[in-house]
Amino acid sequence: MSNQEKEPMFSAKNLKLFTAPLGRDNPITVQVLGICSALAVTVKLKPAIVMALSVTIVVAVSNVVIAAMRKYIPDRIRIIVQLVVIAAMVILVDQTLKAYAFDVSKQLSVFVGLIITNCILMGRLEAFAMANKPWPSFIDGLGNGAGYGIILVVVAFFRELLGSGTIYGYPLMAKLGIYSTGYENNGLMILPPMALIGVGIIIWVQRSKNRSLIEKK
Amino acid sequence: MEHLLNIFIKSIFIDNMIFAFFLGMCSFLAVSKTVKTSIGLGVAVVFVLLITTPVNFLVEHYVLKKGALAWLGGGFADVDLSFLTFMVFIAVIAAIVQLVEMIIEKFSPSLYNSLGIFLPLIAVNCAILGAALFMQEREYETVAEATVFGVGSGIGWMLAIVSIAAIREKLRYSNVPDPLKGLGITFILTGLMAIAFMGFMGIKL
Repeated sequence: MSNQEKEPMFSAKNLKLFTAPLGRDNPITVQVLGICSALAVTVKLKPAIVMALSVTIVVAVSNVVIAAMRKYIPDRIRIIVQLVVIAAMVILVDQTLKAYAFDVSKQLSVFVGLIITNCILMGRLEAFAMANKPWPSFIDGLGNGAGYGIILVVVAFFRELLGSGTIYGYPLMAKLGIYSTGYENNGLMILPPMALIGVGIIIWVQRSKNRSLIEKK
Repeated sequence: MEHLLNIFIKSIFIDNMIFAFFLGMCSFLAVSKTVKTSIGLGVAVVFVLLITTPVNFLVEHYVLKKGALAWLGGGFADVDLSFLTFMVFIAVIAAIVQLVEMIIEKFSPSLYNSLGIFLPLIAVNCAILGAALFMQEREYETVAEATVFGVGSGIGWMLAIVSIAAIREKLRYSNVPDPLKGLGITFILTGLMAIAFMGFMGIKL
């Protein structure tokens, strides 16, 4: 709690912790963390949003827990400790989903469990929570979860719109009457490869806008 | 026997860990720069899956499942520990990876030198936990089925990383647009490979 006396809770520094992962320090397109689950759940918007929320909650809370314990964790077993904290959080999220959103939980299948090995979690715990106080760690977790969520939602939006002609289950294309002009849904968008190509295109767009991110070879 | 062969082929080509489920993408993207290191990581993944999948299968069937503890006596017949699955699986994987690392170091220093740096990475590779969770979800019935599934998934993963690494080595000589260099083009390449792998869909032995 001491950091709140020294600086206001929403100081410029803390705000930056939140906004950086949304754009130029995005966990997926720049830090290359947490790709696995990001690609598999983006066929429809609904599972993508649920997944983004779950990851945000898990990363924010486990960041706080690890940041609070950081002085008492022996260095040699820190990875096991981190895994246990994350696994406990994921079990809570999984049980909650099973209780209140069973059909989404079925759609996400093993990918809720795979949040445990999502590199965003380990990456943020190692890189940030082990060296910072709980409050900034919490913001860092929220920011990274949100940055992850943005990419998920963007990819899912296009895949659902072009692949199934709906947005969050709402049959947009049919309501607009586009089908009568001869338009057909693009079946390729629903298949797994398009998630990869979609993220590739997002990276392309982001790096053309922000040339400092271009990799030098 | 045919049944096992079917699972094997299916887990390598049709349900390929990377091209169909995107598991283990993090290390896949980070290590696939040269063929040599990617073969090292691939072998390590196959090896760890060979051991962890059957062990997790046994743990699930004799400890976690509803009624699995019946062998302890009548009072335990109703115990359902399945909510602990994630924690137990990841603990089993982390412990086995640590053990494998120590055993290899002791008995085969040369193998340790080539695999060594990859082994700790593997504990948090989604492909390993993913295989355990798929094994549970698809309800394989015998240890043999679980083992064959584990090895098959590992080989499929290795196939994917080695072929992408080979393409990336050649890619150095091609003229990729600047913003796509590195990460972006790898994503698109993997997507194209995944489309090719979809040709295997529907094969049944």
